[in-house]
Amino acid sequence: MIQFDRFVLDNGLRVLVHEDPSTPMAVVNVMYDVGARDENPAQTGFAHLFEHLMFGGSVNIKDYDEPLQRAGGENNAYTTNDLTNYYCQLPAQNIETAFWLESDRMLSLAFSEKSLATQRKVVCEEFKEHYINKPYGDVWHKMRTLAYTVHPYRWMTIGKELSHVENAKIDDVKNFFFKHYRPVNAILVVAGNVKLEQVKRLAAKWFGPIDMGTKYDRQLPIEPVQTEARKLEVEANVPLDAFVKTWHMDARLSPGYYAADLLTEILGGGAASRLYQTLVKEKQYFSSIDCYHFGSLDAGLVAVDGKLVKGVSMENAMKAVDEEIEKLKATKIEAKELQKVINRTESVIAFEDMSVMSRASSIALYELLGDADMMNTEFQKYQAIGIDDIHAYANSIFDNNNSNTLLYHAQ
Amino acid sequence: MLDRKIIPTIEEAVHFDLQLKNCDRFTLDNKVPVYAMNAGAQDVVMVEWVFDAGNWYDKQPMVAATTNFLIKNGTTSKTAYQINDFFEFHGAYLNRSCYNETASITLHCLSKHLETLLPVVCEIIETSIFPEEELAIYIQNQKQRLSVNLQKCDFIANRLIDEYLFGINHPYGTYSNAEDYDALNTDLLKAFYKQYYLNGSCKIFVAGKMPTGYQSMLNKAFGTLPLHADTPLVVEHPIVTAAQKKVEIINDENGVQGAIRMARPFPNRHHPDFQKAHVLNTLFGGFFGSRLMSNIREDKGYTYGIHSYFQNHVHASAWMISTEAGRDVCAATITEVIKEMELLRNELVDMEELNLVRNYMIGSLLGDLDGPFQLIGRWKNYVLNGLDENHFYKSIETIKSVTPQELQRLANTYLQPDDFYELVVI
Repeated sequence: MIQFDRFVLDNGLRVLVHEDPSTPMAVVNVMYDVGARDENPAQTGFAHLFEHLMFGGSVNIKDYDEPLQRAGGENNAYTTNDLTNYYCQLPAQNIETAFWLESDRMLSLAFSEKSLATQRKVVCEEFKEHYINKPYGDVWHKMRTLAYTVHPYRWMTIGKELSHVENAKIDDVKNFFFKHYRPVNAILVVAGNVKLEQVKRLAAKWFGPIDMGTKYDRQLPIEPVQTEARKLEVEANVPLDAFVKTWHMDARLSPGYYAADLLTEILGGGAASRLYQTLVKEKQYFSSIDCYHFGSLDAGLVAVDGKLVKGVSMENAMKAVDEEIEKLKATKIEAKELQKVINRTESVIAFEDMSVMSRASSIALYELLGDADMMNTEFQKYQAIGIDDIHAYANSIFDNNNSNTLLYHAQ
Repeated sequence: MLDRKIIPTIEEAVHFDLQLKNCDRFTLDNKVPVYAMNAGAQDVVMVEWVFDAGNWYDKQPMVAATTNFLIKNGTTSKTAYQINDFFEFHGAYLNRSCYNETASITLHCLSKHLETLLPVVCEIIETSIFPEEELAIYIQNQKQRLSVNLQKCDFIANRLIDEYLFGINHPYGTYSNAEDYDALNTDLLKAFYKQYYLNGSCKIFVAGKMPTGYQSMLNKAFGTLPLHADTPLVVEHPIVTAAQKKVEIINDENGVQGAIRMARPFPNRHHPDFQKAHVLNTLFGGFFGSRLMSNIREDKGYTYGIHSYFQNHVHASAWMISTEAGRDVCAATITEVIKEMELLRNELVDMEELNLVRNYMIGSLLGDLDGPFQLIGRWKNYVLNGLDENHFYKSIETIKSVTPQELQRLANTYLQPDDFYELVVI
């Protein structure tokens, strides 16, 4: 049970406080309700580029990192398709430094041309490092484009192409900032060796004076139900054939999400999971195989992703995956197998909650989803899933018409 | 009216009084030492069995690593699948890792399952059988994985720089080739297992919210095994450094980035310069605000990240600079690194910058002491390197007291470009 308090400033900023006196540290976590899904299709990669710019100085503070480091702190940030999260951890004595820094960059960035010019380059190098200069680096770029026709999940957070980032202008940056980075679109979580009253005072002092901004009204195109299987074959300079297949699954808050999560565990969670045992160990069609999803807030994808053993035909590999999927659809799982994936989930949650930083970001995420208290009822939602639910859900999503297959051939 | 230009008062981390929480120590009936950090709020535990079974003891490449990997792939009474399924059913993770000197088996689980799981870990250590079929699958998949990795410039660069520093026949400089995998057989693994695991030297590290009576649980499961406790083995390996200092390799004609590695040999943790050099390294390239990051990423935008660090082994270390930079700016990146070395040699670091680094280092140390797993990790590091808590307190003292003059002396001793290997892999 993770305890927290919540209050809202007049400008709409939601503040959550999680006291943990056992640590000498404090964590300040600011989550903004903006991700790559909120980008203009002609300017993708912006939310992530923005994350970089947030370290390029704010209106009153030339450099974000230096004062934080001087206060003994460290920080980082990440951008997903759904949200952007900034967090710093520092000795609890110096927590006001974090309030000062985070509030100033919520007030306004410096919008320096130099910072934009540099970070455009840095992000381009990041793009190259992870997606161009790596074998199979473009798999998800291709898969997203295949699986989504209208929803903005069809591009990756790094962006559709380098040129979108290369062409970013300072006015675009300003507009994006004042549209999304406002108190009313943000959640502040303060955790660790802190007191509620202290956080109330500091939040009012530093964040209170910031203009509320306009609540962002998210109107994303809804991905139509897929009615026909899609398939893409590519050839690339890689040593092994690879195979990725996806199926559309439910959004984060739907009951189906929990069933989908357990299904990925049954198929790909660990060395005794079905796909690994059958396809890597017994049939030896794949040298590696995984089954996973991204925890997307809107309707996401369940993916099976593997590399073929040399000499095995793509056709046989595909057929073998389909057979495993068909088994799940035809035969209900045993009680013991369900218990196993529930136990694994219990364990994952317990380990995640170990670090105060991870607790802070979970609180922010669940608050973004609607109510931070959901993090305390999450495990019960998994426990409520029964054998029949798993069976019904497998039959509902693992429909070939709902599938997207990417065959990635070695040249 | 709030003046946002005024920085809130901070308590400088250098004034903190950092204390390293002691770990409990006891021995099992067979004298195997146990180091325990019984703390934490979540009901989770970690147990790590550390054996003197790293590739330092290899007589043939990849035997240590493969023995470590396959140790849980079958015992006299359970198949690999049954073992995996058993741990996974309890939501537990049984991992293994092979390092240079040591190799370990690590269990992470909910505290409530520890008693059920320990006997099966014991069974693995006592009766592992290394089936032919498991080895064959492993060899096939490792060779495939290697073929993918060999396309990556950073992977190639990491292998070669180690080879230049230590020599291909030294455990720190060696790396895997497809032929090494083909030359493996189960007899080699069984012999290695028998000598270095079953009758090997073992230390146990535990941390987390330990269940009541965990000491006797450990003793019951492991106290009668023929592990011969704490007697380090003596094996010597000569270091053979490469003659050529500068190398450029085109691994991929179409590569858009180059992996740059610059490295020089450096003494191990026991050398008097070690801790002071750690401060110099942090300032140079050891954190986000370092000179290398500020110049080469934040000012020039040549790379997504550039870092310098000590690649620490028990016997010797290396001082390493590592980055992936745009193909057309690789040469410029190296020039800038050399310039930054020169600055540190020629000019005293100013106190403001040094204070920032000190505060950052102490603050980050404070964060690293947070939580039982982090604490036992630090203790393990000390135990395996023949150090104790004095190392911790001395290192804090060094961070607080090292002078700009001393840093300049260190820069002049160690940050000499001619002493560095310089490798670019595209």
